[in-house]
This record gives sequence, C-alpha cells and structure tokens, in this order.
Amino acid sequence: MRKYWVLQRKSFSFLIDKKTTVSIIALTLAAIAAMLISIGVGDMYIAPWDVFNALIGTGLDINQLIITEFRLPRVLVAFIAGASLALSGAILQGIIRNPLASPDMIGITGGAGFAAVAFLTMFSDDSNNLLLSINYLPLFAFGGATIVAFLIYALAWKDGVTPIRLILIGIGLMALLQALTTLMMLMGPIYRASQATIWLTGTVYGTSWNEVKALLPWFIGLIPILVLLVRRLNIQGFGDDLTKGAGISVHRERFLLLMVCTALAGSAVAFAGAMGFVGLIGPHIARRISGSSFGGLFPASALIGGIMVVLADLAGRTLFSPLEVPAGVFTAAIGAPYFIYLLFKNQ
Amino acid sequence: MNGILYGNKLKTAGLIVGILIALIIMVLSVVLGYTNTSLKQAIEAYTAFNGSNEHLIIQLSRVPRSLVGMAVGISLGIAGVLMQALTRNPIASPDIFGVNAGAGFFIVFGVTFLGVSSIQQFMWIGFLGAAVAAGLAYALGSAGQGGLTPVKLTLAGAVMAALFASLTQGMLVTNEKALDEVLFWLAGSVEGRKLSMLVAVLPALVIAWVISLLLSRQLNAFALGEDVAISLGQKTVVFKLAAALMVIILAGGSVAIAGPISFIGIVVPHFARYLVGNDHRWIVPYSAIIGGIMLVVADIGARYIIMPEEAPVGVVTALIGTPFFIYIVRKGIFQK
Repeated sequence: MRKYWVLQRKSFSFLIDKKTTVSIIALTLAAIAAMLISIGVGDMYIAPWDVFNALIGTGLDINQLIITEFRLPRVLVAFIAGASLALSGAILQGIIRNPLASPDMIGITGGAGFAAVAFLTMFSDDSNNLLLSINYLPLFAFGGATIVAFLIYALAWKDGVTPIRLILIGIGLMALLQALTTLMMLMGPIYRASQATIWLTGTVYGTSWNEVKALLPWFIGLIPILVLLVRRLNIQGFGDDLTKGAGISVHRERFLLLMVCTALAGSAVAFAGAMGFVGLIGPHIARRISGSSFGGLFPASALIGGIMVVLADLAGRTLFSPLEVPAGVFTAAIGAPYFIYLLFKNQ
Repeated sequence: MNGILYGNKLKTAGLIVGILIALIIMVLSVVLGYTNTSLKQAIEAYTAFNGSNEHLIIQLSRVPRSLVGMAVGISLGIAGVLMQALTRNPIASPDIFGVNAGAGFFIVFGVTFLGVSSIQQFMWIGFLGAAVAAGLAYALGSAGQGGLTPVKLTLAGAVMAALFASLTQGMLVTNEKALDEVLFWLAGSVEGRKLSMLVAVLPALVIAWVISLLLSRQLNAFALGEDVAISLGQKTVVFKLAAALMVIILAGGSVAIAGPISFIGIVVPHFARYLVGNDHRWIVPYSAIIGGIMLVVADIGARYIIMPEEAPVGVVTALIGTPFFIYIVRKGIFQK
C-alpha cells in the first residue's frame, strides 16, 4: 500500500498523506465532540442529544435559548481563538525554524496586552467608568499587536531579517512591554488593574454573537493565504540558501508570513485575551500527530488549539463553580508542564 | 579587546572615580524627590533628629531605598557578568533567562498559599525559585542535538520566563487582594523597603560579592574555552557550580528585596567591558559599581516620570535597557 494518494490534473498535482488525512479526520471529530460537551455542560446540564436537537432547531425552548444565546457563541469564540493562536504559533515556528517560538514570547501578544491595558486605564475616569465603549478594546489590542510586529521586523532588519535576530529582538521588546503594562496597571485604579489581569490571562467570559461575527472573517479570510504559502514554508525549513535556490524571495515571504501570523494572533487576543501557551504547544502536539510537513501541521494545529481552549474554558466554568476561572489559567497550567515534559522527552 | 581605560593605574583610578560617583549619586538619591529636602536636613536627620516630616522621610524612606538600590544594583551587575561568562552569551542575564521570573513566581506562591510574610522567608523562597528556574533553563537549553548553544539557552530562558510569568498571573487572577499587594513589587521597585529588609539579605549578598571577586581570575581562564580551562588546571565542574550558585544567591536575593528588575544584568557588563576590556578581574568590580550607579539613577528617575506618583524602578531600567539590548542584538553577535 502506498503512503500517499496522488491527485493529478493538468495544472496541479497533490500528494495527500494517508496517515495525516486519517488523523485530521479523527481530530475534527474530537473537536466536534469537545464543543458538543462544552455546550451541554454548565450550571444547567443539557444532554448531548438535546444539544444536537437544539442546534438544528427542534429542541425545547429553554434549551434553545441557553444554547444559541449563551453557550454556542462562547464555545465558537473559544475554538476560533484557540485555532488562530495555534496556527500563528505554527507559522512562527516555521519562520524562526525553532520549536520554542510562539507569539506570546516575541511580544506580539504582549503588544496586544499593553494596548488593551492602556485602553482600560487611560479611558477610565475617577469613578471607574469607561469613557469609550468597551467594544473598542479589540481594535486597540489588534492595533497593538500589529504595531509591535512591524517594530520587531523593522528593528531586526539589517540587510534582510534573520530568524534569530527576529526572535531576540522580540524577546527584548517583550520585556519592555511587560514593564510598560505593569506601569499602566499601576497608574489606573485597582479595579481596572484586576480587570486587566483577567484579560491578560485570557478568558472568553460573556462573549456573544457580535464577537463571533467580528472574529470569524479574519479566520476564514486568512486561511486561503495560508494554503498558498504552505508549500513554500516547507522549503524554508531547509535554510535561507536553499530557499533562495528554489526561486523564492525569502524576505518577502518571511514578511508576508509574519503578517499572517500577527493577524491571527492579534484577532484571537483581541477577543479572547492573551491566552498563554496555546501558540507554543498547540503546534507541538500537532507535530506528533501529523508530522512536521506544514500541509498537515496547519489543520492539525488549528484543531488542537481550538480543542485546548474549548476544554480549558469548560474546566474554568465548571471545576470551581460558582467561581469562574479564566480559561488562560488552565491553558498555562496544563500547557507549561506538558511543554517541559515534551522537551525532556525529545532529548 | 582593550577597553578605553588602558593600564592598571588608569583602571584603579577609574574604579576610585566610580566609587565616588556612586557615593554622590546615593546622596542625590537621599535628597531628591517629591518632598524637597536639602543636604543639611539629610545630615541633621541623623545628628539632630527633630521628628519633622523631612527627617522622617529621609530616615525611613530615602536612605533605605538608596542603600537597597545600591546593593541590588551591585548584585545584578555581578550576576550579569557571571552569567555572560558562564554561558558565553552576550545577552545572558537573570531576567532573560527566567531566573527573576522564577524567584518572583515562588515568592508570589508563598504569599498567596503559604502565608509567607517575612523578608527572611522571601529570601529563601527567592533562592529556591531562582535555582529551579536556572536549572530548568539550563537543562532545556542543553537538551536536543548540538548541546548547549547560546541561542538555545536564550530561547529556553525566555520560555521559562513566559512560563513563570503566566503562572504568576494565574495566581493573581484568583486573588485580588494579593494583586494589590504584589503588583508594585512584581514590577521591580526599591521604594518602601525597610532597612531591616536589607539587613536580612545583605550578609548573603556580601558573601556572594566577595566570592565572585575571588572567582574572577577563574573566569578569565574559563573564557578561553572549556578545553583550555581544563588544561590550565581548572576544575571546570566545581567552578561552574560555584559560579552558578553565586548567580542564584545574587539574583534570588535581589528579587526578594526589590522584585524582578530587568536589563541591569544585561547592560552593565557591556559597559564594563567597554571601559576595561576583557579582563574579568576588572570587569567584576566595574560591573558592581556601574550596576549600583545605574539602579540608583533609575530609581531617582522613577520618582519624576509620572509625578506625583512613582513608577517602579523596573520600568525605568526596561526603558533604558531595551534600546541597548536591541543594539547588542543588531551588532550581530549571533551570526546564524
């Protein structure tokens, strides 16, 4: 039996890895299951079958209301945010050629965090009222991420951008942004500081269909670009010289990929906060399941990232009920030790 | 590489000038700030104490913070030199390698869950956290193919820093009271520290300073490469352990008093090398003095940035340090 299915037409040809295809189908099923469970479990338990009924519009009215108005948008935002973060991590690890890279480490998430905290503290008056609608927060966060990404790129530019300069500059900027974020939190009232901390940890609490509508176009719009870039990202793994030899403009490609990575991370952080470690370990788990070719890695990363955040949010809602723990606490608390385990195991 | 101070006489003179500058800066740090005081008042606060506001501020706030700033600056400067020499990595420092974040996490953990409150306990927990983070970063950095390389070590350190930072954040989310208490400390600050806190940590720090000075000859041999060092008769394993222990005491102790203060450890050794060249017997004392001066100056600056409030000194060091850090990286020490 051959390892690949060959899809060949006049103008294109594809090799489809059988094992990867199977694992991606399995992951998709797992993601759907995770979402169904997460929709059903909560203060009021709804059985999976009733969830399904409610989703296709034949369930009880009360179930219908709870599910379509409250739980479904929340689960969707969790999934999309997780998928975006993991994808952005996978791209970054491809550009930097190092499995330790992730958007939270090189300051892209940090930029979003700083902008969001600045928004919360600068636009709030003495009685803790926001002067601008909270709906502008994602815009600020996204802007912050984009500005930082450009800054990293510009500062790392010196006859082209090498991966190592990119990440070192990013680490430096991250430290600066952390300091500035703390400064902002100190300048504002303590009420805002605690709100900001929750946001910086990452949470999908209280999301509605508006968030889904704002987040989904980014995600769907960026995927076709990724599909086009996948093949060339594979070649980049062999080093700059070989990539140039294959007729690819390394720097243009790198810039484009960095922008896609920023857009994904920025939009996710804008709506779900700075969810830690999804961008780092999502791609790691995916690599173990689907191999390191980016064609399989991207969908697998996205699915795993989505599942991670959906389950983290589920845990946050239910484990310490009635207290709500931000999902980011769980992604970090589970992600970080797992990451260390992975690294030691690969030794 | 030779520094701009050539010859031993010039270097000794430079060191004396440095100590004088440090003393002047400390006096300025006592006098300057939101409450205006004069030098005369500062002296009177000790010779003819009359219980006035100015005298109280000088005795209870200004003098302690100036001394704490100096001690922490010296410690971080030396810790930076030791780490850069040990790892042959020009951007090694306690903050980039997650050592500060590790100590910070352990201390916050102690405050929230174990009810720790005395500075003595802070110190020991800080040491423990620093040791754990340094050990993990080192192990992570040397895992995989090719062994320990500067770049891998830097990345591993950054991962550890991110890990501890997000765990700290997670703890603070669930405990708003702790957030209020810990936030200022987490940004790195020498404000509001009592003299007794410094006295509790100082013995450990002073011992580490002296041992680091004694190690500086060995650092020179080690800098030639591990093989050369061995053939020169150095017990490299013992040496590395001793130096790492010093880093842990210096960084852990500093974090216990002042919180994680960034960039002093990276920037200072570069200034010192620029002044005196590659001889660690000079770099170590110079880094100590420059580190102290820098931190106290940053602390004076912190009083003026968002007057009438005070910024944490860690923010100021980050503002000064980041451009310099970017300059080092761009200079192209890492070729690949």
